[in-house]
Amino acid sequence: MTLDLALFVVLASVIAASAIGVVVAHTIVRSAVFLLFTLIGVAFLYFLIGAEFLGAAQLIVYVGGTLVLLVFGGMLTSGGPFQTLRVRRLEWLFGGFVALAIFAALAQVSLALGQRPTTDAPLPPGAGPLGVAFLTSHLLPFEIVSVHLLVVLVGAAYLARTRKRAALGSEDSASRRNGGTP
Amino acid sequence: MLSTLDQYLPHAVAIVVAAGVAALVVFAFIGAAAFLFIWGERKVSGRIQDRLGPTRVGKFGLLQSLADGIKLVTKEDFVPAGSDKFLFRIAPFVAFCAAFTGFIALPFAQGVVAQPLNVGAFFVLAVLSSEVFGVLLAGYSSANKWSLFGGVREAAQVVSYEIPRSLCVLVPVCIAGTLNLNTIATQQEGFFWNWYVFHDPFTFVAFFVFFIVATASCKRAPFDLAEAESELVAGFLTEYSGMRWSYFFLAEYASMFAMSALASILFLGGWHSGLLPFEPATAFGAILGNLVDVGVFILKGSALVVVMMWMRWSLPRLRIDQVMSTCLEYFVPISCGLLVGVCVWQLYVPSAVAEGTKYVLAFGSLAFAAITLVAAAKTRPTPQHSGAFAKP
Repeated sequence: MTLDLALFVVLASVIAASAIGVVVAHTIVRSAVFLLFTLIGVAFLYFLIGAEFLGAAQLIVYVGGTLVLLVFGGMLTSGGPFQTLRVRRLEWLFGGFVALAIFAALAQVSLALGQRPTTDAPLPPGAGPLGVAFLTSHLLPFEIVSVHLLVVLVGAAYLARTRKRAALGSEDSASRRNGGTP
Repeated sequence: MLSTLDQYLPHAVAIVVAAGVAALVVFAFIGAAAFLFIWGERKVSGRIQDRLGPTRVGKFGLLQSLADGIKLVTKEDFVPAGSDKFLFRIAPFVAFCAAFTGFIALPFAQGVVAQPLNVGAFFVLAVLSSEVFGVLLAGYSSANKWSLFGGVREAAQVVSYEIPRSLCVLVPVCIAGTLNLNTIATQQEGFFWNWYVFHDPFTFVAFFVFFIVATASCKRAPFDLAEAESELVAGFLTEYSGMRWSYFFLAEYASMFAMSALASILFLGGWHSGLLPFEPATAFGAILGNLVDVGVFILKGSALVVVMMWMRWSLPRLRIDQVMSTCLEYFVPISCGLLVGVCVWQLYVPSAVAEGTKYVLAFGSLAFAAITLVAAAKTRPTPQHSGAFAKP
């Protein structure tokens, strides 16, 4: 057993264990923490095959951004502290079926791919060629995505903007009457 | 080191041993740095507040951190009733692991780095920004209003300050043309006017913006809203005691040094002293040269950490809305402008002007620093300057 394989086994079992943790955890924040470990594990998997840029991007985009949002969502939407999630038996059954189907499809695809990439293989192109490709041959899709993100950003700023003083005052008192939830 | 080990051990074992040694060295460095920085923080705060700071334990109170450590180890490891016990227990380690991982890609000298990465700058930023998870989890799992306020404030603050911080990192990266921290520092070899901070007016401003934003992302005063002891008891730390509490401080001092070290690599020439026109590691031989390099690098990083302490004890804490508007209304537009400015400068400014600006900025800053130092040295404490001697 090579070191490469040993590290992969360790990482893969951490990812799998924390992925199971996401499903079986009772509170949404705990699920988010297990998801954090899964995503970090996947980032380390990228580092293991030498895709440094992808690994760092995974860390900053998913771990840094998505999870902060998820934890925010979980903490600000739940009605009380440590609210537990109840899952009905039918939901377990349906979810399990979908998960099994996806797992089967993924397993089939990855078995068809053949050899797992190793660290001995030539390194994948780094951030340099990627950036050049974005600004030359793939400029149009890159720009479309950028404009899309800009629209999302402006929309978020519009939703979160401070309203006029008078409107804010009346809304505040309204929300207080409704028990503090706006 | 890996190639030396390869001669004696099988390759796989050699990699594991090398990784273990690197991790131990980084851990020992963080421990030693936190030990001295905590003592330094107390001394700096003492001097600023017209008192002596620790004096009893060891020479100049140097062993104060050891005494604190013994006290913390013997304290009860306390988990509040009604808290989420699992998350409460792992939160300090999440914070510490994030700070620790940042050091892995940080070069202390030419090639003296635990794991050289081609995207080092990106990696360090990514990892250091996940430290907020430890704080957020600590705040949430404590089942305490003050803790939750601290955690949520910290999350909001770090998420907003991440934007100007990344943009400011991009400014020197635009000049360097690489994200590899080792290459960025090597490009600034030679005298101090080769440092990127003096490269053009935009990098000069970017350094200061980056430093302020980095202070905020380390949740240091005047941005320590997560702790805010005058409003939130101790913020996210309220329910912690003993070793778990001290892990948060280990993480805080580690990320302070990591941020300062990143600033010195990106802007202040990394391990180059700025006084020698050659690379010490090649001129003085590998061992002596690298020792000089590592010494200079740690000195620069520590100097910036001391500036952070100086800021902490001199400035009053901002309010949370002031913290957010400082970031979103000032630092984000400023850093966007700096990024555009540096690109325009690189493309359109003739090289003669660029060279001239470099010297003007470098020697101007030197003259300013000299004048300030002379003026400060001439100032004597008078009743007007020091309240300690004022008659009631």
